[in-house]
Amino acid sequence: MPGALPLGLPAPESGLLPEQAAIGSADRKLGLYVHIPFCAVRCGYCDFNTYTATELGGGASQDRYAATVSAELDLAAGVLTASGTAPRQLSTVFFGGGTPTLLPAADLATVLRTAVGHWGLAPGAEVTTEANPDSVTPESLAVLAQAGFTRVSFGMQSAVPHVLKVLDRTHAPERVPLAVQWAREAGLRVSLDLIYGTPGESAADWQQTLDAALSYGPDHVSAYALIIEDGTKLAARIRRGEVPDIDDDDHAEKYALAERAMAAAGLGWYEVSNWARTPADECRHNLAYWRGDDWWGAGPGAHSHLGGVRWWNVKHPTAYAQRLSTGVSPAAGREILDAETRYTEDVMLRARLREGLPTRVLHPGGRLAVAGLIADELIVAAEAFAGTITLTGKGRLLADAVVRRLLPD
Amino acid sequence: MSPKARTSPVPAATDPAIIRNFCIIAHIDHGKSTLADRMLQLTGVVEQRDMKAQYLDRMDIERERGITIKSQAVRLPWELDGVSHALNMIDTPGHVDFTYEVSRSLAACEGAILLVDAAQGIEAQTLANLYLAMENNLTIIPVLNKIDLPAAQPEKYAAELANLIGGDPDDVLRVSGKTGMGVEALLDKIVRDLPPPVGDPNAPARAMIFDSVYDTYRGVVTYVRVVDGMLHPRERIQMMSTRASHELLEIGVSSPEPTPSKGLGVGEVGYLITGVKDVRLSKVGDTVTNLAKPAQASLPGYADAKPMVFSGLYPLDGTDYPVLRDALEKLMLNDAALVYEPETSAALGFGFRVGFLGLLHLEITRERLEREHNLNLISTAPNVEYLVTLEDKKMVHVTNPSEYPTGKIAEVREPMVSATILAPTEFVGAIMELCQSRRGVMGGMDYLSEDRVEIRYRLPLAEIVFDFFDILKSRTRGYGSLDWKSDGDQVADLVKVDIMLQGEQVDAFSAITHRDKAYAYGVMMTGKLRELIPRQQFEVPIQAAIGSRIIARESIRAIRKDVLAKCYGGDITRKRKLLEKQKEGKKRMKMVGRVEVPQEAFIAALTTDESKDKVKK
Repeated sequence: MPGALPLGLPAPESGLLPEQAAIGSADRKLGLYVHIPFCAVRCGYCDFNTYTATELGGGASQDRYAATVSAELDLAAGVLTASGTAPRQLSTVFFGGGTPTLLPAADLATVLRTAVGHWGLAPGAEVTTEANPDSVTPESLAVLAQAGFTRVSFGMQSAVPHVLKVLDRTHAPERVPLAVQWAREAGLRVSLDLIYGTPGESAADWQQTLDAALSYGPDHVSAYALIIEDGTKLAARIRRGEVPDIDDDDHAEKYALAERAMAAAGLGWYEVSNWARTPADECRHNLAYWRGDDWWGAGPGAHSHLGGVRWWNVKHPTAYAQRLSTGVSPAAGREILDAETRYTEDVMLRARLREGLPTRVLHPGGRLAVAGLIADELIVAAEAFAGTITLTGKGRLLADAVVRRLLPD
Repeated sequence: MSPKARTSPVPAATDPAIIRNFCIIAHIDHGKSTLADRMLQLTGVVEQRDMKAQYLDRMDIERERGITIKSQAVRLPWELDGVSHALNMIDTPGHVDFTYEVSRSLAACEGAILLVDAAQGIEAQTLANLYLAMENNLTIIPVLNKIDLPAAQPEKYAAELANLIGGDPDDVLRVSGKTGMGVEALLDKIVRDLPPPVGDPNAPARAMIFDSVYDTYRGVVTYVRVVDGMLHPRERIQMMSTRASHELLEIGVSSPEPTPSKGLGVGEVGYLITGVKDVRLSKVGDTVTNLAKPAQASLPGYADAKPMVFSGLYPLDGTDYPVLRDALEKLMLNDAALVYEPETSAALGFGFRVGFLGLLHLEITRERLEREHNLNLISTAPNVEYLVTLEDKKMVHVTNPSEYPTGKIAEVREPMVSATILAPTEFVGAIMELCQSRRGVMGGMDYLSEDRVEIRYRLPLAEIVFDFFDILKSRTRGYGSLDWKSDGDQVADLVKVDIMLQGEQVDAFSAITHRDKAYAYGVMMTGKLRELIPRQQFEVPIQAAIGSRIIARESIRAIRKDVLAKCYGGDITRKRKLLEKQKEGKKRMKMVGRVEVPQEAFIAALTTDESKDKVKK
């Protein structure tokens, strides 16, 4: 979860949703995100909503967290029914953080059980947890698989010790292949998260990371360019000149290296920063975000979306736990998207997908931009003529510019 | 010590023998306004409780910058040896840009207080105004101010002043406007030493306008000094330069609030209200006479205000153009020196080319437009007016590089100034180097005292309008001061340097420079733009050219990455806000051909590095 919460409309104490949320809900998939706001160490680049203290007050401690977040799931079930949404099984569940695996596997299993109890799992549902390579064991992974998890996403970030050090990642690189192997043995699909463009990372370092990651045979890889967020320790270190600043050209070169290595290893891109071995290996939960499906986000600072209504919870775990202990919805604010905003989001998110954005949804201004985007080799000509905006390799690196051109007003 | 006057002489019935008209000549921060405030208080015209610091400086900008832009005149009663006198204090503008207004203020006086900071000594502009006062045969009362300061060196600067105007250092008065020390003695000395005004009470009325100010409620308020005859309320008056006639709705004196009177007689100073709405109808220096019984000759010294420096003013947001137009119209009512005409720039859109008296006038005008009318403006690099003669003998006045003729040019003339710089002797080398690099020709150098010199140079105006003063300040650690006045023109080897982005000329960056400096300008500007213009989706060549000859080139490499490749999870709202922010940023860009140029580039490209951390004037 990112740093600051947006400003929006107030959300009612009951958590009840406006009518709009229920319209057409039967035709949309439902997902669940569970935020685990704990880490052993705060990484220098991270601005997500996470805490390293084990003993946050007011029912927000790590050992009571499973019960606290389960209380939100109970509330969620009531709200969805009361708001008139169609009863749906969960298509995807995603435990993110923070470091979900900092909690005992049994706790994660308890939360998942609560969710399944309310909604059930759709056939073939995808259930993922993020994990640190050094916070899993063969036993804990087995417990997760047993409880219904189907997929684990490891925060590998880099295979190079000096790069991991700048990122404040504590795991030993040699731990990653072990963790991957254990996950496979437990019957879980495996994704690896990588970060490129860290200060001090050479092209060779990045190539080494790619080679290592791909040699472990992951089903899925996310590779994100490091972004220096305001207020992080890394931002301060760069400002003080202790480490060099990041560089867009360096990022561009490393993206090209990533694309080449992934393709060689048989992984194909399906979103600007995501590659999968087969379409079945794509992260369906993230796709749901990008396609505008429904999901409930539980946990402090978590974001939810239902039929054009977005809301977000209070950020601090203590405030979050206190609300739930008095039966009050933890929602801090919400926004109801108008048609124009939904259009903006649609273009912004779907243009970044391999499956692309249908040209027919474009407004006239956006349609006028298509020829120029083809001429500048930012979108694939043949696909555009066939009715879909799909980014070229160059276009993926300039995706924000493409989106701005598709949204000229 | 004199007591406060028990009776005040009545306007329109005051014997010229008890009138004293004086002004204060001082540098910006030498304490003129504080001293004036103290005089208002001591003479009782402003009660303690009404005292607003620097009462006479009306406008906010003036108060903030501590300078006087527009002058005012105040009538003060003061008793000496049992006789009540009427003292008219005429406040003078304190900046080189307003030399003409200063000269008219001086012409309205018989005497001047030369006010100098006892810790700093005389400055160039003060010296220039002092010479102006001496040319006008004014009686000078030298005064050292701020003698309460620990850093004051009254002996040293008294000697400097005595040296300048003749006389004994012991005759230099020492006052503190802050504590009031010595101010009563100064008032006494004004009465004693200054000659009373002389005029013919029976001649047709003649009054000189030394200031006119636009007031929202009253229209134009015209400040005059009566030389001959008398002006009465309700009579018809005539402006002798324009022959325009108006009814005199109100006449009176400021003390310091406007107080209507039965008229103004010989030697008196006061204000007129005729109901006109445009200061151009009441020009500084013009002579007011009675329409029914007009004077034969107007008073000497009238001149039209002549703009010296031109700059394009453009609204940052193109839709603000009508707001800017209305704002300029309004400002013009109050500023006779301001001239403007609409102008279009390919890069900046619709705006105005505005003529100013000098750079300060430009800055103040821009600031007033922004502040009083809530505008965001871009001002292009200031230009002087060139006279270009083509080979076919056709002559063109050029105030904007984009008007520079493309045909065969026979001759270009540029305006010149004679500049006076005062500084401690240790900086002589630095100053000469600066002036030399600005194509200056030295006219002479005099020692004001052992460690201070006056250096005179003749320079092209174009070389000093931009950053000269800032650089002078920084090279003399703030001690150098500058004054200049117009001094004819000269033929010069000038060329127009164009800047091109992707082969397309950007008019806002073009400049007229001396041929020897064209290359340096081209290198500087292309280098700067390379830093200021963000990378685009294609490579952007930046070139500087004289005609079709390229003299410098740079290039901005194509951007390779413009994507936020980060997982924001389900926080789509944040992602959308980032997109909106990006789009907002793009909106602040001006499209030059296909190139997006940020507004900041226009502003930053027109400032030099050396003047960046400048001491604000």
